[in-house]
Amino acid sequence: MISSSARCALMVFLALGLLAGTPARADAAKVLRIITWADYVPAEVVAQFRKETGIQVEVTLSNNEEMISKLRATGGAGFDLAQPSQDRILGAQQEFGIYKPLDTSKVRLDEFVPELLATVRTNATLGGRLYGLPYVWGTEGLVYNSKRTRISDYQDLCKPELRGRTAVRLKRPTLMAFALASGTNPFALYGDTKAYTALMQQVGKTLAACKANFRFFYDNKDQLLNGMRAGEIYAAMMWDSGGWALNRENPDIKFINPRSGAIAWMDTFALPARGRNDAGAYAWINFVMRPEIAAKVARSIGNFTAARGADQLMDPRIRAQFAATFPDGLKNIKWYPAIPSGLEEIEGGVLDRVKAAD
Amino acid sequence: MAATGATPDLQVRSLSKRFATHLAVDALSFSVARGSFFSILGPSGCGKTTLLRMIAGFIQPDGGDIAIGGRDLAQVAPNRRPVNMVFQHLALFPMMSVAQNVAFGLARRGVGRAERLRRAEAMLERVGLAGAGGKRTDELSGGQRQRVAIARSLVLEPTLLLLDEPLGALDLKLREHMKVELKQLQSAFGTTFVYITHDQSEALVLSDHVGVMNHGRFEQLGTPQELYYSPATSFVADFVGANNRLAGKALSVAGSLVELDTSGGWVVRARGHGAIAAGAAVEAFIRPEAAMLGRTPAELPAGQTVHSGEVISVLFDGANSVVLLRESRSRLQLRIALPQTGAYSDLQVGAPICFSFDPERAICFPARAAHA
Amino acid sequence: MPETAVTALWYRRLVLALLLAPALLWLFALIILPHLDLALLSFRERVAPRQYVVSLAQYRTFFGEPLYWHVFVRTALLSALATALTLLVAFPIAWIIAKLARGRMSALLFVVCLIPFWVSETVRTLGWMILLRESGVLPALLVHLGITRQPVELLYHDATILVGLVYTSLLFMVVPLVGSLESLDNALIEAAYDLGGKGWSILREIVIPHAAPGITAGCIVVFMLTLGNYLTPTLLGGKNSQWFTEQIYTQFITRFNWEQGAAFGFLLLALSTAMVWLGLKISGQRFSDVMRRA
Repeated sequence: MISSSARCALMVFLALGLLAGTPARADAAKVLRIITWADYVPAEVVAQFRKETGIQVEVTLSNNEEMISKLRATGGAGFDLAQPSQDRILGAQQEFGIYKPLDTSKVRLDEFVPELLATVRTNATLGGRLYGLPYVWGTEGLVYNSKRTRISDYQDLCKPELRGRTAVRLKRPTLMAFALASGTNPFALYGDTKAYTALMQQVGKTLAACKANFRFFYDNKDQLLNGMRAGEIYAAMMWDSGGWALNRENPDIKFINPRSGAIAWMDTFALPARGRNDAGAYAWINFVMRPEIAAKVARSIGNFTAARGADQLMDPRIRAQFAATFPDGLKNIKWYPAIPSGLEEIEGGVLDRVKAAD
Repeated sequence: MAATGATPDLQVRSLSKRFATHLAVDALSFSVARGSFFSILGPSGCGKTTLLRMIAGFIQPDGGDIAIGGRDLAQVAPNRRPVNMVFQHLALFPMMSVAQNVAFGLARRGVGRAERLRRAEAMLERVGLAGAGGKRTDELSGGQRQRVAIARSLVLEPTLLLLDEPLGALDLKLREHMKVELKQLQSAFGTTFVYITHDQSEALVLSDHVGVMNHGRFEQLGTPQELYYSPATSFVADFVGANNRLAGKALSVAGSLVELDTSGGWVVRARGHGAIAAGAAVEAFIRPEAAMLGRTPAELPAGQTVHSGEVISVLFDGANSVVLLRESRSRLQLRIALPQTGAYSDLQVGAPICFSFDPERAICFPARAAHA
Repeated sequence: MPETAVTALWYRRLVLALLLAPALLWLFALIILPHLDLALLSFRERVAPRQYVVSLAQYRTFFGEPLYWHVFVRTALLSALATALTLLVAFPIAWIIAKLARGRMSALLFVVCLIPFWVSETVRTLGWMILLRESGVLPALLVHLGITRQPVELLYHDATILVGLVYTSLLFMVVPLVGSLESLDNALIEAAYDLGGKGWSILREIVIPHAAPGITAGCIVVFMLTLGNYLTPTLLGGKNSQWFTEQIYTQFITRFNWEQGAAFGFLLLALSTAMVWLGLKISGQRFSDVMRRA
């Protein structure tokens, strides 16, 4: 039973909410709210998009976990386009239902590199419906200062002489990397929870024993870049774009493909379940996948995009760096498969123990 | 002065203190006899608080020395002096019970817990607060609080107890009552009290000796009677007790008597004090009770000059009743005591009246230089 | 006649209700409702995608996993230590402001305590990082002065976290302390001194008992702020920060385990409530007196 005064208060509250909400609703088609990673939406491209379509792009910077958490909190509202990594779509969708399927008829699929599109199709299809399209891809490998040290694989970060001079993220890519370095492919054990748990616990022990070598666990790219530039960090796990950027500033800093193989990630376009401007989102996807626009994006990020032909327009220096890091092309690169839900809880427990280790 | 054969409890020699440009205490010397009640009386800003705080040790003197019980105190900190102070607002510790307040000083001296509580209780009994030890200080009346403040100091058996206008914050009735109580406490304990006040009536009632202080110096030091009947300066005459002040010019000096002309050609005679030459500016003082009233000149004592005036108002206050009158020639306003016989109870405003006084009981000083 | 009286009373109540309505609505919608939701959440367990059952599993995990216990106790102890240090640092400052400094000097000291709050906590903490990191200003200065031979890393120690927390909390301790010390009559201190007290005994017997409500208020506010602080311990503590709020953040944001995060949140709430209660019991203060000071 609700008393009349309470009902009255509720009405006032709702009315205020409507008043606040109404103007935004009217403009929904004119605004495209994207939640994405730093550098993924360059201002120059936003300006050009607005000139062509009249749509204003609003950008919120984030990362995989926050993207999922924010969309989960609102049930998929608040944004019109998200850019999660391809392996993080399926689990989140099964668990929280935060995305809506893509209507591929509204996208010019021939603009995408077919192999990359195929990878995403494998990892982001649920119930026969596609939830992601490829946007940008890259790798995570090792970066080191050749004046200080020389490393060739992930576990080299734990060499005694690098005490206090290395850095990794306290997140799942680090667990994957050290699992690979231990000689076991973690991706092959995704379906076997027991074996996977054992592997992760073993990796956790390795990292805990190595903790004295880590100066810090970094949360964002800039923290690591600054550490490398200041000379506080000698070697670290790093994304290729960051590694190459450092290398362009200081040739002593090298980005390499570790012996166990760099891990390849791919970020996507996905539609939040309660986005208000799907038309705008499709327009944006088609727009940025044009080779000349994609090349601008690629320059901003320092990574290759999934737009067909855009790699030909890429900065020749980055193409040269890519060739130097991966002389064998993409042969020794491990792509993340979709993460079955539940695995992250196992990994979380392991990461907590690493954090708590002395 | 006050000192008798024994070593005085307090001896102050050429004590000085200057604040920036203001000389608060100016080369002051005096001594206070053991067991006496000594008051320092003066208007606010006269330097009496500074003097007291120098004795207590809260202010370092610029020059001179202080000896208590014959011992020089120049370098002794306030918490080691055989002196205790009762503060203006008493400064009882609200966070402690009455007994804890009284035992505070004993605890600081390392007296054991049981012993100090016993002594505190005994002291409370002596000041008439037996059994009040467990109360909070804010549960006491104003008078009881004052007794706690005194007990708290006296339990330490100081040579000297300093009191910084402790009655100032009390209402009139309680103040009258506490005056009596203070006097009784002092004689019961026999401790030397040094009391500062701006209230001349407190000083007169309580003290064995009073120092009247003005601009950092003592104008006069003496018994209350001496101050009242034989003021040494016009300041003392003005400040101590009620007085009628007449400013004028000396016409002639005959022996001890000065004839002076107040404004408007009213001529009176008074006992001269100090060097007064004819023609000099002077001030004369006549106590309200020194003058006699009469409806006709015949009612006044023979041989005294008769003055006349008109009644402005009658201020009835029992034994302290006075009449305000305007002298006919000078138009000066005078205050004259009404006899307690009730003979003038029918006096009307505007009625003509005569008065006279014994010139020996009026006093005349050279006029004071105007102070800045 | 009685009818008009009743109407007037009713009218007064209506006015009172209307005046309080915004605050109550705010309290209800933004504090009580989310907490109720979190409470429900914390008693839930995921059994399969989008399937949850009522259970105590989240609390069992906390009590069964020494790791979380460890961080919880560590956070409580370090917060208590930071509160004690803040009190030690703030007390002389408050004393100077309340008792010694006059006019402009006192205002200036207040401003000095206020300056840290002119920039956001993030900027402030990042500033500390720039100052303390191995290639930062302070290690370079130490080398320059010949105190250390090589730059030392001053970040990522517990001591660094404490310094950061004390700095951040100082104002919240100074303000209630100044309030309670200003109300202390100087004559009480003089009287105590006059009766033979020395610095320490006067502090213990007079000043601290008088300032107790202010001290308790400051300690409660600082303890709660410190316990709930996220940025300072995380950024300054680096890989070893292990602050409980970080655990909550991790559970909510990177693990998507809202149930566990909610349980942790309630445990933290219980801890701070317990500590406030304990603080009031120890200092013998009443909650209402203390809150008036804060």
